[in-house]
Amino acid sequence: MLRWILGGREAQGSVEKSPVLCIGEEQPKNWFTELQVLKGHFDIVRFLVQIDDFRCASAGDDGLVLVWNVETGERLQELRGHSQQITAITTFTCNNGLTSHTSLLTASSDRSLSLWDPDTGNRVQTISDLQSSVKCLLVLERLCVWVSGGEELCVWNKDFQLQCHKQNHSDTGITALIELPKNCIAAAMDKQIVIYRLTFSTDSSLSMAEIRCLSDHQDQIRALINVNDGFFASGSHAGELILWDAIDWNILAYEHILWEESQACTQAEIRLAAPKPSEMSIQHLTTNGKHILAAVGSGLYVYSIQTKSVVAYRKVAHDSNILHTMLLSDSELMSCSEDGSVRMWEIQDLPLPAEPASAGFFGMWTFGRTNKQSGPPSKKVMEVPNIRMLELTGDLIGHSGAVQMFVSFRENGLVTCSADHLLILWKDGERQSHLRSLALFQKLEENGGL
Amino acid sequence: MIGSPDLVAFTKEDDYGETSPDPWALPEEFSVPLHPLADSNPWAKTSYAKFTKDFILISEFSEQVGPQPLLTIPDDPKICGTFDLNYFSLRIMSVDYQASFVGHPPGTGYPRLSFVEDSRVVLGDSKEGAFAYVHHLTLYDLEARGFVRPFCMAYVSADERKIMLQFQELSLRFSQASECLKAGNRRAFAKELQRKLRDLEYTHSVLQREEGLQREAGPQCMYSAHAVEKANELANVEKSIYEHRDLLRQISSYHHRPRRDPHAVTCQKCITECLSECEVLLDKYAKLANPFSYCDKGKKEDEGQSQINEEGGEDEVNEEEDEGVKRRPSYTPQLIKAKSAKCFDKRLKTLRELCDNTFYEATVELLKDTEKSFRGDLCYLYTRRLDRTLRRKQRVTNFLFEEDLGDEDEDERGTLRPFCAVNHAVDNYTLLNPPPIVLGPEPLELDALEPPHPLDPSSEISRPQELCELGLVGSHLESSPSDQTLETQESSEETKGSFSSDKSGTGQADRQQNLASITSEGPDSDLTPDPDHNTDLERESSSEEMETTAGEDDGDNGGDQTPVSLLEVMSELEASREDECEGATDGACEIQSDLLVPIDTACCMAQEGFLYEASAPETVPHHEQSSYLQPCQTLVVNQEPQAQLPLQDDYTVGSPSSESPAAGLELPVGLLGDAVSRTSAEDGSDCTMSASTGSDRAASPLGYGGVLTLRQRKKHGQGALKFVRQYPFAMQALWCLLSGRTLVVLGADEGRVRRLVAALALFVPAPGKCGERVQAWLSCPFTLTDLQRWKLIGLQRVASPVGSSMLYSLSRYSRYISILDADQKTLRCPPYRGQLLANIADHRTYIRRGSTYFLHLQSMLCRLAAKAFLYTFTHHLHLPVSSTEGSEVVEGRRRCFLQEQLGLGEEDSLILLYLSQLITQQYLQPATGSSAAATCFSFNYTTSVFYKI
Repeated sequence: MLRWILGGREAQGSVEKSPVLCIGEEQPKNWFTELQVLKGHFDIVRFLVQIDDFRCASAGDDGLVLVWNVETGERLQELRGHSQQITAITTFTCNNGLTSHTSLLTASSDRSLSLWDPDTGNRVQTISDLQSSVKCLLVLERLCVWVSGGEELCVWNKDFQLQCHKQNHSDTGITALIELPKNCIAAAMDKQIVIYRLTFSTDSSLSMAEIRCLSDHQDQIRALINVNDGFFASGSHAGELILWDAIDWNILAYEHILWEESQACTQAEIRLAAPKPSEMSIQHLTTNGKHILAAVGSGLYVYSIQTKSVVAYRKVAHDSNILHTMLLSDSELMSCSEDGSVRMWEIQDLPLPAEPASAGFFGMWTFGRTNKQSGPPSKKVMEVPNIRMLELTGDLIGHSGAVQMFVSFRENGLVTCSADHLLILWKDGERQSHLRSLALFQKLEENGGL
Repeated sequence: MIGSPDLVAFTKEDDYGETSPDPWALPEEFSVPLHPLADSNPWAKTSYAKFTKDFILISEFSEQVGPQPLLTIPDDPKICGTFDLNYFSLRIMSVDYQASFVGHPPGTGYPRLSFVEDSRVVLGDSKEGAFAYVHHLTLYDLEARGFVRPFCMAYVSADERKIMLQFQELSLRFSQASECLKAGNRRAFAKELQRKLRDLEYTHSVLQREEGLQREAGPQCMYSAHAVEKANELANVEKSIYEHRDLLRQISSYHHRPRRDPHAVTCQKCITECLSECEVLLDKYAKLANPFSYCDKGKKEDEGQSQINEEGGEDEVNEEEDEGVKRRPSYTPQLIKAKSAKCFDKRLKTLRELCDNTFYEATVELLKDTEKSFRGDLCYLYTRRLDRTLRRKQRVTNFLFEEDLGDEDEDERGTLRPFCAVNHAVDNYTLLNPPPIVLGPEPLELDALEPPHPLDPSSEISRPQELCELGLVGSHLESSPSDQTLETQESSEETKGSFSSDKSGTGQADRQQNLASITSEGPDSDLTPDPDHNTDLERESSSEEMETTAGEDDGDNGGDQTPVSLLEVMSELEASREDECEGATDGACEIQSDLLVPIDTACCMAQEGFLYEASAPETVPHHEQSSYLQPCQTLVVNQEPQAQLPLQDDYTVGSPSSESPAAGLELPVGLLGDAVSRTSAEDGSDCTMSASTGSDRAASPLGYGGVLTLRQRKKHGQGALKFVRQYPFAMQALWCLLSGRTLVVLGADEGRVRRLVAALALFVPAPGKCGERVQAWLSCPFTLTDLQRWKLIGLQRVASPVGSSMLYSLSRYSRYISILDADQKTLRCPPYRGQLLANIADHRTYIRRGSTYFLHLQSMLCRLAAKAFLYTFTHHLHLPVSSTEGSEVVEGRRRCFLQEQLGLGEEDSLILLYLSQLITQQYLQPATGSSAAATCFSFNYTTSVFYKI
């Protein structure tokens, strides 16, 4: 393994002042000035799914799936049926001609799978007594089938009929599934990524064949995402980030995030952040097609696909492990963590170009063809032109437990779910107040006066 | 009346001489007549009454001992002092108002029950210094002479004026009590009759059997003296049975009788229950009309027969069971003596026995309530009512700082809820206009014209804002079946019969007239109408109604009422006024009837009611209806100079459709706030003095644990004043509360924290009915949910692990809260530099008394609420005026409004925005209270600073 430790200490001072970031209470860029606490769950809420523009579903360890109206904060439906915790939830959209209808697909530890209608709250389909519980779900809308992954990999059609299945050999089972081009799917199990191909035979029966096994990761794969049509990425527990070609499944880039530099560091807080395994584990990956945002331990790294390099990072972005991240735009991102906070970041240029921050603690491997260097032209003068800064622009404090996940509804707000059994709906206070005013005058008109 | 030394005419000062006031003067309704008797000091009035407080006296005219007092409320001998209750009972009972015919009216064979309406009289004894509102009523008693027992309830006060001005209210409350007593009495009477009938039937059977035996014994005995006597006795018993059966029929027909008493509203359920009971009885005894059926049964009982002695007057232990006994096995029929005992040696039933016990208890409770609500001097009562009225007007913002008026209260004002002793469901009450208390100018005649029918066009025009109110509380409009009974009551013998028949809705005016006529005319043969004739009358009157109000009845929306009929009414009205002027003898009652004219369902203030009526046609042009009703209105306006009183602006502000934005911009912004705050300041100064009389304003409707009484709030005002004087950063703390930032009061000493929280709770906007938004003492770490729920938290400071986690929560949520440390006297909160609160949080204030400060505070908060109302409901501040306008323009206008028109800085604006947000939320809240959605919790990201003493 090759480890390049670049410019340890100098970079330290400029980028990171303290491991515990405190933005203070003055947050002009934070427009979430109103919140609504949504109660209903009895246990940790782990999943949030957006159903449509104004609805989302939450699911957690209590086996409940609740459907919420994000605009009003109302609880629309309560989907009861699972006796144990929900392990995976996804939306399942059926397009029949003109109308499309979104259903919810859930998997639970009680070894059952259910399809729900979020409009009526009915359980439309259900399969119980599976051999093992399902850990991940993948809907292939193009093929009108969906795939469940656990200890076995099953393909179902939309009527909940098993099309084909594959027993698995690893103990851990499939932890993540993504769809690849050419009817392929990639499944992450333990340290490997296995590529399967689905083929329709002439009698329209479906078969599945394992065609490739990628075992380049040194440790368990924690995250597997589609980046765009050409790439997918995976991150491992040991901090490896690999960018793969989606067609021929070759490694395009390999990053290894390490922390070993701290022995040279005098600052106490850096030592606190020393290499525990979870500290460099890639907890979550997210992408917008141009950048990959990796949550590594309690740090955030923005990796550019184009330059195949880290463009911005914050080694200690949270006080604890980051559980979920999101790229809101090219420059804005958001992360939530076990410390109970949600933080909003902005990728900013470094204020002092004279002291360029280096790639920090990255081991960089670049395989294959290096793409054309197309960083921002203004940065080209600099030695390391593509390193920029992640600036904290705001934080949302409300949960008293780990924030498991969040879903953004853009201007309608943000929903966060947490281990404290609550969901919080964060909104733009000004916008809400305007909307309420409109409603008020509408009601006034309806009532014909006060 | 005849016997009373001072019969006080129910009159008042008339002020026709008053000229039209200048339009910018404070409206009459908002001013408090601090000195109702212009030159005399109301508190310096030396009362030579021998009692200290007002009380309620219940007396009876006993047929054995004459007038005697039964009980006083409150039941405390100290209250009456040396006042001679016996003498006063004699006084008030000596008005033998009910010289009605009892016994056998010609043409009927049976004794009749007299259906006597209650009478209401104000009388006084200037020597004793006592004045009383006297409410006479009769209760039925089978053993009493003429089956009636006269009672009276009197509200005794040393202040004649108080009684005069509260006459309507008193009448209302006492009518309720009286109705309750009577309802209970009817039940008791029916039961008594039933018992009596059973006894008679039994006696009859026994006698018949004896006669039969004699007959069997042989024809020689047929004509013996003994046999004749038996036959006579039998005939007597039979007659008695018929008589009692008839009485039962009469008592059950009680409810079919038209009531001419406007206040006599009874619980429909009680009525139907009682009716059905009576009907069951009637049926039963109708079946038994052939006594032989009874006799047959009796024949089986040989031993019973043998025990019967000749007199038949001895008590009989009889095992016989008829179906009635089966239902009530405890009762055994008894033989009735041929000759009833003399009335002087028997014990008369007590009031409690006369009425059912539950009804009696309920009545006493009601009277206790009445006594409580009339405590304090007139000025205090007046202020309180004014205050309530004003608060009822600002329904939209009341929840912010005002204590809850309570729905019960509103109903009490707007409707006459039949008082039901057995607590039947509250859904059966009648909408009735409560009589106003009148201190000032005479109310408009127009009011009499107004049919209370809510959908009537004329009322819609003249009272738009009231309609809105009614619309908001639309459910109150459901007319109950009791409306019907009132409706049918018709005074065809009245001179203004057609006039009153025009108002078929609930016929308030004619009821008022009836009331007047009852009090003035006294005994009248019509008061005890023949039931048979009565039905005719009813039919007649209803047909009459059909004629006169045909148009109105057809279209409930009232669109087709022709102006002609209105004009007719007007002319009749004028005629009636002429009558009134010339009718010197009837003057008192006529004026009274005018006084009784209810003005506004929502308010009880005469001036107010007509003010709105007068101004409304000018301010709010009401669509197409106004066009053809215009002549009528001008007629009205010509009649009363007061019609040109200043307009109320507040209702034009809120109507987005009719107001052009420009007009909205020109609104005199300060006016509303000034008016409101000035009034509240005024009534406040009044309140302080009257508060010493010791009455609590908040008569909390239900047993809410947390409802603060006014007195408590005033006490907390003392705490607040102390806080303001003690802490230089009080202003910042108050700003936090008013701008919706949760304030945590941290302290080790529970009592101190609780006191501080109680004081500061006065500043929490929309604290909830029982202070749900305030948590006085919390000893565990709080969460975000708590912050969302509570706006003021008293937090225990503990030095323990719990304490550290508490401190953790404090620091974690520090952006949402301000922390007031009661031990170290520090405050951590965002900086506030505004001037808005300088007035209420001036630590060099000259206010020394807590209650004064409280009232000052109330007025300031009221003013804030008014501004927030204005801000919330001003259309152009939130919506673009034209389609070309962007949101920035609106935003700019809003900022301009806040900064320039209201003169508020950045931080002061936050207060207003928060209040406005609360108002909006409250307004948008569905009435059904579907609490599916959690409430929002707004905040902003600002740094806090640390204040020390």
